[in-house]
Amino acid sequence: MSLAFDDYGRPYIILRDQGQKKRMKGLEAYKSNILAAKAVANTLQSSLGPKGMDKMLVSPDGDVSVTNDGATIVEKMEIQHPTAKLLVELSQSQDAEIGDGTTGVVVLAGKLLEQALTLLDKGIHPLKISDGFDRACDVAIKHLESIAEEIDIQANDHEALIQAACTALGSKVVSKRKRELGKIAVTAVLDVADLKRKDVNLDLIKIQTKTGGSVEDTRLISGILIDKDMSHPQMQKEVKDAKICLLTCPFEPPKPKTKHNINISSAEDYKKLYQQEQQYFVEMVKLVKDSGANIALCQWGFDDEANHLLLQNDLPAVRWVSGTDVELIAMATGARIIPRFQEITPEKLGKAGCIKEVQFGTSNERMLVIENCQCTKAVTILIRGGSQMIVDEAKRSIHDAICVIRNLIKDNRIVYGGGSAELACALQVLQYADEVSSVEQYAVRSFADALEGIPCCLADNCGLNPITSVAQAKSRQLTEKNPRIGIDCMELGTSDMKEQKIYETLSSKKQQIQLATQVVKMILKIDDVIAPDDY
Amino acid sequence: MDIVGNVLPQVLKDEATEDKGEMARLQSFVGAIAVADLVKTTLGPKGMDKILKPTGPGQEMTHITVTNDGATILRSMYVENPAAKILIEISKTQDEEVGDGTTTVAVLAGELLREGEKLIQKRIHPQHVIAGWRIARDVALKRLRDISSENDINSQEFHDDLVKIARTTLSSKLITTDRDYFADLCVKAVLRLKGSSNLDYIQIIKLPGGTIRDSYLDDGFILKKQITIGCKRRIENAKILVANTAMDYDKIKIYGTKVKVNSMDKVAEIEAAEKEKMKHKVDKILKYQPTVFVNRQLIYNYPEQLLADSGITVIEHADFEGMERVAAATGAEILSTFDAPERSAQVLGHCDLIEEIMIGEEKMIKFSGCKKNEACTIVLRGASTHILDEVDRSIHDALCVLITTVKNRRVVWGGGNSEMQMAAACEEEAKKVQGKQAFAIEAFARALRQIPTIICDNGGYDSAELIQNFKVELQKGNQICGLNMTDGTIGNMSELGVKECLRVKEQALMAASEAAELIMRVDDIVKCAPRKRERA
Repeated sequence: MSLAFDDYGRPYIILRDQGQKKRMKGLEAYKSNILAAKAVANTLQSSLGPKGMDKMLVSPDGDVSVTNDGATIVEKMEIQHPTAKLLVELSQSQDAEIGDGTTGVVVLAGKLLEQALTLLDKGIHPLKISDGFDRACDVAIKHLESIAEEIDIQANDHEALIQAACTALGSKVVSKRKRELGKIAVTAVLDVADLKRKDVNLDLIKIQTKTGGSVEDTRLISGILIDKDMSHPQMQKEVKDAKICLLTCPFEPPKPKTKHNINISSAEDYKKLYQQEQQYFVEMVKLVKDSGANIALCQWGFDDEANHLLLQNDLPAVRWVSGTDVELIAMATGARIIPRFQEITPEKLGKAGCIKEVQFGTSNERMLVIENCQCTKAVTILIRGGSQMIVDEAKRSIHDAICVIRNLIKDNRIVYGGGSAELACALQVLQYADEVSSVEQYAVRSFADALEGIPCCLADNCGLNPITSVAQAKSRQLTEKNPRIGIDCMELGTSDMKEQKIYETLSSKKQQIQLATQVVKMILKIDDVIAPDDY
Repeated sequence: MDIVGNVLPQVLKDEATEDKGEMARLQSFVGAIAVADLVKTTLGPKGMDKILKPTGPGQEMTHITVTNDGATILRSMYVENPAAKILIEISKTQDEEVGDGTTTVAVLAGELLREGEKLIQKRIHPQHVIAGWRIARDVALKRLRDISSENDINSQEFHDDLVKIARTTLSSKLITTDRDYFADLCVKAVLRLKGSSNLDYIQIIKLPGGTIRDSYLDDGFILKKQITIGCKRRIENAKILVANTAMDYDKIKIYGTKVKVNSMDKVAEIEAAEKEKMKHKVDKILKYQPTVFVNRQLIYNYPEQLLADSGITVIEHADFEGMERVAAATGAEILSTFDAPERSAQVLGHCDLIEEIMIGEEKMIKFSGCKKNEACTIVLRGASTHILDEVDRSIHDALCVLITTVKNRRVVWGGGNSEMQMAAACEEEAKKVQGKQAFAIEAFARALRQIPTIICDNGGYDSAELIQNFKVELQKGNQICGLNMTDGTIGNMSELGVKECLRVKEQALMAASEAAELIMRVDDIVKCAPRKRERA
């Protein structure tokens, strides 16, 4: 870091530990930032589209994961560069808001930054660039809304939803079974969806993974699956018409939070205490039993004696049920979570048609299925696969698909994929560019170029000639006035994405363009980076 | 620096690395193929074993393992390469899901990638390779299911099939010379389960000494514990109470309790109370009128003496698994409270005879004539613990396969027959498919055919010659031909009695192709900086 000196040659100390910090200013800072962000975008670029490749990520502990999901890749890369981190957050906010298109948003940001770099070289002021991008973004969004189509999600057995899910799953390793998995995802979402309010509570869909079998064996369970078994090996393995008592207090003598001592000073006290203790267990079990419950699920542990008493009273029980599962069960079965034994009443019990233990493989692992819950229809998707990496990736893919379907239920407008929407926006932005009379014109035009980068990238990943295929698609869009012409990634012989049934949600596309533009604007405003030297 | 000369800022953490494109792919191919090559010599009836020697500090250094089991070998290896880790992972899953074919699955995935590498070198896009593999896999799977046959579960044929499958599984193991004996033993054990898939009921006890031949199947249940001194050693018509309760002293479970006394007398009083409490418990137990008392936890002298005085045989310190088995076998309930003696008939387990027996040098307790007759025990004998461990693993494999077969019931011919058939199906399909995918389908066929080839090579036979003859034989329509690994010829599998379980083959095919696909799709490997470990 450069130092400032006063008249006598003594250095001014402006920042603390100035000597150990490094500083980048002006154009140097812009370029460094842009290059770092682009490096991240470049990594993701090859994952885009149905023929995109996966990334293998090795965690600090040596665990391997293989994924195609943009948000997961950038998260696990452990990026340390401050600007590059902005892109990580970009991908994650797309994931949080929309759940899909996490790769696309980063790639688009990368393309925009690439364009910004050339504009900077031309000597255009960064703020002008970002202004231009902003205006172009508005135009693109407007156009996107105008070309969006409403689809009937009910029609033809929810065919449109299945297709949209297939589009989301198409780029993943499970793409071979995209139709089956898409159907599972659609059924799952529709089961829990509140179609009147157009809302889906994704908490009601539990995704459970279990290695073994293959991806084909993935199935939907109309109930809740919890990775636990009965607390006593000899309890009933199946409870029909279950009345569930959901407890968050252990079957153990109470432990007051206040520190206290019970002093025993005579044999009588000792005996009394013993009786008291026995009484506790008997009472606890009695309270549960009296309420009419025929199964107890507890978030905490059981004492051996209590456990046996439960068995003796024909009261199957499950211990150490995780907090999230407790909540899910409460929602689904209408059970109230009961924090104290004294408060158990028959009204607070949840109801389910059947609770039973199921077994997998040779290693004797068991899980509990709660089916036909009374209130909402909570569902579980049980994912199977040949290895841990496959099931993990399948889980992420299904999550994406579920998000897409949820978005469609909220807002049934779609645009077509295969880069067609980006291309249409690019053409519109280009047209608008000529109307801009100031310096921003260049930035607007560059924005169009950046949008074109997406279909370009798609074509490249599919082994097509990117420039030829984008040029062809562009000219066809113009001459045929058809905004649905895109890149024929799957080589099906048609470029009309409506015929290929490549659906993407409007909300996802809009969000992608807006978020990417915002982040790029933010990066373009940074003109000074001060960081510790060793960073 | 990039091509134009810009200095690229550092994006990842210091020690993190990123490999892209060809470099990444090369890395995964090398790793996966290396792992497959490592285990492939163990494949088949003439496969060799590996010695596993642990590294690192501690006494375990001296404990070595000799094994032929793919999953065991792979599990014990420490590898750095991420693709190799995927192969290890599928082998583990195969072990958990079906218990056998753990080597096959790793080798098949490795061979697929070896073929895949050649295709990539021919400039075929990985996605095209994958597309081809997917077609091939479906075709192979269909053929596999078509050639499988099913027998009625109670028929003699099914029973014979089971024996043959067990023989085939065991033939690649250390006990291959005694495979008939052990196959029979395993089948008997599995048939006792009557279709249940709970391997817990089959207990395996390993005792060094004697020879492998001295191993036997005992139809009772054997607990590796001793009867407490001073109790009867032989009980007929035993009523068994299985408990999980503290029999040393009952600590008070109420939180924050402390004993504070001000004189010696009081101490004595408390002690007496404690003793009385225990006596009270024993009395309650006695009300159930058991003749045998099995407790999971340890039993102190005082209650033990009380129980023994009443003529009850006491077995203490049964581990949890052993206890669960006793409970399951004798139909007892595991008790922790003893306040309902009226339920005595319901909670007590029953068996005809309990006696202390000697196997080798060790005393054990045998429960025979149990209420639920499903449980049985396989007693393994052998010259060293290494042999015993390996025999244990082999028997476990065989049992898993048998249980899977009982569930699934479909069987295929062994001796490489199923792989060759699948390969043939893929090749037929390749002729019909247009486009580059056809290359990948052919590659898939070649990879499948590698399995019998490796089996031949491991046997020291001329694999090129044998496999070609095999192909011709199949082409002629001889559906039941296969490798005869004793003579090095193509034989009739039905005469040789070599059969395999369909489910094992299915799972191996699916898991291997899924893993190969997963690795094939990777074009970028990002390794995070390793976590710094504090030195102890």
